[in-house]
Amino acid sequence: MENGSEYKGQLFGWDAAAEGEAVFSTGMVGYPENLTDPSYAGQILCVTFPLVGNYGVPATDTDEQGISLNFESERIWARGLVISEYSEAYSHWDAVMSLDSWLQQQHIPAIYGIDTRALTQELREEGAMGAMIVPEGVEKNFPINNPNEENLIAQVSCKQVIRYKPKGGSAQPKVVCLVDCGVKHNILRCFVERGVEVVRVPWDYDFNTLQWDGLFVSNGPGNPAHAQATVEHLRKAMQGEKPIFGICMGNQLLARAAGAQTYKLKFGHRSHNQPVRMAGSKQCFITSQNHGYAVDNNTLGSDWEPWFENMNDGTNEGIRHKTKPFCSVQFHPEASSGPTDTGFLFDKFIESC
Amino acid sequence: MLLLGSGALKIGQAGEFDYSGSQALKALREEGIETVLLNPNIATVQTSEGVADKVYFLPVTPSMTERVIRKERPDGILLSFGGQTALNCGVELYNAGVLEKYGVEVLGTPVETIMDTEDRERFVERLDEIGVKTIRSYPAENIAEAEKAAEELGYPLIVRAAYALGGLGSGFTDNSEQLHEVCEKAFAFSKQVLVEKSLRGWKEIEYEVVRDHDNNCITVCNMENFDPLGIHTGESIVVAPSQTLSNKDFHFLRELAIRIVRHLGIVGECNVQFAYDPDSTDYRVIEVNARLSRSSALASKATGYPLAFVATKLGLGYGLAELKNSVTKTTPAFFEPALDYVVCKLPRWDLSKFRHVSRKIGSSMKSVGEVMSIGRSFEECLQKGLRMIGQGANGFTENKPTGTEDLEAALREPTDLRVFVLAEALQAGMSIERIYQLTKIDRWFLQKLESIIRTDKELRHHAGAGPLPAALLQKAKRQGFSDKQIAIATAQPESAVRTLRKQLGIVPMVKQIDTLAAEFPARTNYLYMTYNGTVSDRPAPTDAADSAPSIVVLGSGAYRIGSSVEFDWCSVTCMQEIRRQGYTGIMINYNPETVSTDYDMCDRLYFEELTLERVLDICETEQPKGVVVSVGGQIPNNLALPLMQAGIPVLGTSPQDIDRAEDRHKFSQIVDALGIGQPAWSELTTLQDVDAFIERVGYPVLVRPSYVLSGAAMNVCYDRRNLEHFLSLAAEVSEEHPVVISKFMTRCKEIEYDAVADGGKVIAYAISEHIEYAGVHSGDATIAFPSQKIYTATERKIRRDAEKIAQELHITGPFNIQFLAKENEVKVIECNLRASRSFPFVSKIMQINLGDLATKAMLGLRPAAADCDMKALPYVGVKASQFSFARLEDADPMLGVDMSSTGEAGCIGSTMSEALLKALLAVGYTIPKKRILISSGDALQKADLLQACRLIDENGYELYATKGTCKYLNDNGIRAKRVLWPSETETGGTASAGEESTPRALEMIQQREVEMVINIPKDFSEGELTNGYKIRRAAVDFNIPLFTNARLATAFIRAICRMKEDDLEVRTY
Repeated sequence: MENGSEYKGQLFGWDAAAEGEAVFSTGMVGYPENLTDPSYAGQILCVTFPLVGNYGVPATDTDEQGISLNFESERIWARGLVISEYSEAYSHWDAVMSLDSWLQQQHIPAIYGIDTRALTQELREEGAMGAMIVPEGVEKNFPINNPNEENLIAQVSCKQVIRYKPKGGSAQPKVVCLVDCGVKHNILRCFVERGVEVVRVPWDYDFNTLQWDGLFVSNGPGNPAHAQATVEHLRKAMQGEKPIFGICMGNQLLARAAGAQTYKLKFGHRSHNQPVRMAGSKQCFITSQNHGYAVDNNTLGSDWEPWFENMNDGTNEGIRHKTKPFCSVQFHPEASSGPTDTGFLFDKFIESC
Repeated sequence: MLLLGSGALKIGQAGEFDYSGSQALKALREEGIETVLLNPNIATVQTSEGVADKVYFLPVTPSMTERVIRKERPDGILLSFGGQTALNCGVELYNAGVLEKYGVEVLGTPVETIMDTEDRERFVERLDEIGVKTIRSYPAENIAEAEKAAEELGYPLIVRAAYALGGLGSGFTDNSEQLHEVCEKAFAFSKQVLVEKSLRGWKEIEYEVVRDHDNNCITVCNMENFDPLGIHTGESIVVAPSQTLSNKDFHFLRELAIRIVRHLGIVGECNVQFAYDPDSTDYRVIEVNARLSRSSALASKATGYPLAFVATKLGLGYGLAELKNSVTKTTPAFFEPALDYVVCKLPRWDLSKFRHVSRKIGSSMKSVGEVMSIGRSFEECLQKGLRMIGQGANGFTENKPTGTEDLEAALREPTDLRVFVLAEALQAGMSIERIYQLTKIDRWFLQKLESIIRTDKELRHHAGAGPLPAALLQKAKRQGFSDKQIAIATAQPESAVRTLRKQLGIVPMVKQIDTLAAEFPARTNYLYMTYNGTVSDRPAPTDAADSAPSIVVLGSGAYRIGSSVEFDWCSVTCMQEIRRQGYTGIMINYNPETVSTDYDMCDRLYFEELTLERVLDICETEQPKGVVVSVGGQIPNNLALPLMQAGIPVLGTSPQDIDRAEDRHKFSQIVDALGIGQPAWSELTTLQDVDAFIERVGYPVLVRPSYVLSGAAMNVCYDRRNLEHFLSLAAEVSEEHPVVISKFMTRCKEIEYDAVADGGKVIAYAISEHIEYAGVHSGDATIAFPSQKIYTATERKIRRDAEKIAQELHITGPFNIQFLAKENEVKVIECNLRASRSFPFVSKIMQINLGDLATKAMLGLRPAAADCDMKALPYVGVKASQFSFARLEDADPMLGVDMSSTGEAGCIGSTMSEALLKALLAVGYTIPKKRILISSGDALQKADLLQACRLIDENGYELYATKGTCKYLNDNGIRAKRVLWPSETETGGTASAGEESTPRALEMIQQREVEMVINIPKDFSEGELTNGYKIRRAAVDFNIPLFTNARLATAFIRAICRMKEDDLEVRTY
């Protein structure tokens, strides 16, 4: 680790070195989903739950439109995996291979036998930091390139416009333009399964040139400051009245477009048990989260208000415009991995379109 | 607020409700709410001073509860903290309009919702409304209806009794014959049975869900059963969190659970059980428990989330967001714990204590207790748990062979030895696939078990081949192998393994349970140890409490027959006193059903093994000022000497003196030397010596090895054949300690002497007497305190003898001596230099806390002697035993020198009769209305019952008696009608023309024509399937109160002839 700490374990997966920002997630299930979540691009993921690999890895099949059936994207985006115990043997009806084989296929190094609790405490105290997985005989090489200085969004975003037909084949489907900052496939599923046609555009595409009923800004990795192009396009869209909704990175970009600032959290929120409260209500939700940056409530303009807040640390979990149908959340209503309690937000957004 | 407790501990409803009730009362007290507790379980922590404002030691029945309500006029009632007993009682009160009549509000989940979850038909309807799949269930009120359902569904089927706790009266059936059998029994417990398609082999998954008034919901924990559906969750190893569910599975079921809980309108805590197809995402909801349960207690301990406490607050109207996470103290209670460890719950059975009992495990619960183990690998966790069970296992491997000949059959039809049979099958090379086919245990678990076997083989490979390689030792420890297990596998002494391990720096790490997987800093004191880690968690001592010298209290381990909630009371009492005296109190225990493992009861809680290895590990970390071994029953007591030998300071009586009392041989010599009477005894070496000894004293003799708590290896032998048979078993039980035989004294009074001594001087004592004659194990006997019928001279002698023993053994702390008394002669039969089962009972009756005094003495505080003369006490307490024979299929419900009760109730009355009646009603007896069936044993026993039978007759009861008894009664001028023994036929010619035919005893029981059965077995010798057994068993199976002891039956009859239920006084003492 960048601060000089060393943890020794057994290498598995791809036999090579890895470097990235070490972060931890406290979710107890969901390694196939997490590893393929583009928001983990640039990161080495430490899983606090000690047993990983139990249910193997499901098939990489996609549906007829290219949406993955079991994963959150076409590949693993995390740069490395750190766990306590690797379950070599696995058991699940839909598993087709072991985690180890999958990591090898995808060229992702991983390490087990690590005291992930101790590592997590270190990350909690000192903040997310650069780290390397260093196989025997390989020299460590610090400092590593800080992935947050790279434009990770550009790396994970689609390169061209892709259209997805709604499920169920409605004659006049609503059209949602989805700005891909690193979209999870479950967000695509959430739209098409609700009978919506999705136009997925690259992060820097000027969506104002397209026809749509609603605009959606996806999740994505790293520092929102890199997505200035998206912010500019959003500002233009916000002059109109059409509904806009964002998730995670989408929340940060909407906030920046509205003039607010974002900042880096010490160690981020990566778990399945983050409690949030809807502002001005008693409604509370358990949410899935995966982000390292947050919106600074104090910098929100007068047209905007906080929509959700984190009940653990009071940080912003969503914003909404006071008069126009613009809103976004920091957590993941699409879940996958994680709890599904806030899936209704998709319904609300689609209704408003 | 009135809180209903769960009463005496029984199978299916055990200590978990002391824990939940205590938490609820704590939550209410925090709000400044006055509390009234109704619970006859006098050994619990919740009935101790300072927990509830008022305690009624009365049976938890609708009529008693109504009387308490009438007297106390509570504003509200809590029904969900006393198990099925409290819930059923509450539903009855609600239906009878009692709650409405007295304006008592039900806190938490409304009764209508409770009924939705309890009545299968309503339940299915309610879940249908939201499209949630349940197990298709056909209600039947008679056998014909059940047959019809069977035709529609097709076998295999499961039959369940409605409104029954822990699957009582349920069973699987593969054909019509079995269906009849199961239905008959189920109808004895409920007027409705449910016939369902069996989903045997599906996974069983549970979610603990919490919901508040604002409809906010969380799932605190999910759990997966190691054994598939078909084995009751109380009989299964349970893992938390689930291990074989993917994210999709996990959240699919979680979403369903929340949807169900919201739709039903639960307020507080509830448990949702799913059956889940191992090959798809098909599921069925098995049931919803709208109350705190065994699972919720487990979930609380597994996660650190205090479910009962939070549920109480939600019942008072708080929202989850308003409450704090009690571990972090800063984040809200609205969150879902993230675990960074894995937890196993393992059941503890005691089936070997019963005669004729079926050892198969299935859809009905038979286990009497459980343990919870924590680790960072499944292997580590499971192996720890297997040792915690306390039945001699060293882990998953290196155990005594189970003696199973047909492994496949044993896997297909599991018994309580299930997990060890799995080990043998794997060791024998059976494939995982084959085992899966036979057991349907998920392959993942089997693979993990196999990896333990592989490591074991590697270890064995190193036997006698020089020092173990560090990597192998490390791996073994990470998989939960104990030093002893490794020592056995590698053929070296345990101490050598420990020494090598420490040289290599392979030591366990201390980790915290903090509810958030280290995401937030937490100053939690809830700890466990693991080899799967490189850094210990515990923060350096900072505040005053931390820097005070520490004292370790060893808890009592799994509840089992012979050691139960009473030792938890002792442990908690001791811990409280230690903390009051300004020490840092450290608890070691692993029983999730206890209050002692509640992390706010002590300064640091190690949820850990009570093995020498682990206690030494903890002592090496903590460097305590002393260790208390005398409040947790026999497990810690057995550690006294080894701990001392390892240089650990043991508080109180010196371990050498404990050993002098424990070793029967040494103790007998001491007693002889002190000139105190004892039954003639001899140490067994050869059969010749035995013969010579018995020739001198005569049969019957009591045979027992050293170091037993509840008579596990003790038996009365009536003749030589008997004796030879038993000795062959006893030798297997213990090789390290000699077997002692003694003259078995008949028709003696048994007297308990509980006391505390300081420096060999008795400072407090309590003398109580058994109602039954000696020969009924003291844990099964009915006990009165203060003693009511002991000669003053006898009592004086007991006190003098006890004082001599205390002085000779230099006792400092708690101790208990059992005496026999006959015609002013007193003999010592047992002495334990530790707290006993009756400590909470006598402490609460005399209002002198023996636990406090003992702790003060052990801490060297020289407490003043208490005035223990109870002659002026205006009331009497009676402690009665709770049996769980109904759950133990085929077990012979007779009492003997081996203990078989699972719990007890203690009640108080102004007279002996009143206290006895209350206590017996509290353990499930009912007052007969009209008909009583009697069959007594030999002539002496018949004579013993004569007076009682006369009373019965005079008080308008109808007596039915078997041949000999009937004749005896009639000859003595008592009206009794004859019934036929099960083996008798009508041809005896007793029925003359015009007379009705003689009724059959079994039929009368089966048709519930009698309301009480008295059957006195002839002797305590090994019985076969006799007539008497059939009558006793039928009484149990058809839920008819049964007495098997003449003295207890007589006392009960005297009481019911003297007073009616309404005469029982409702008062606190």
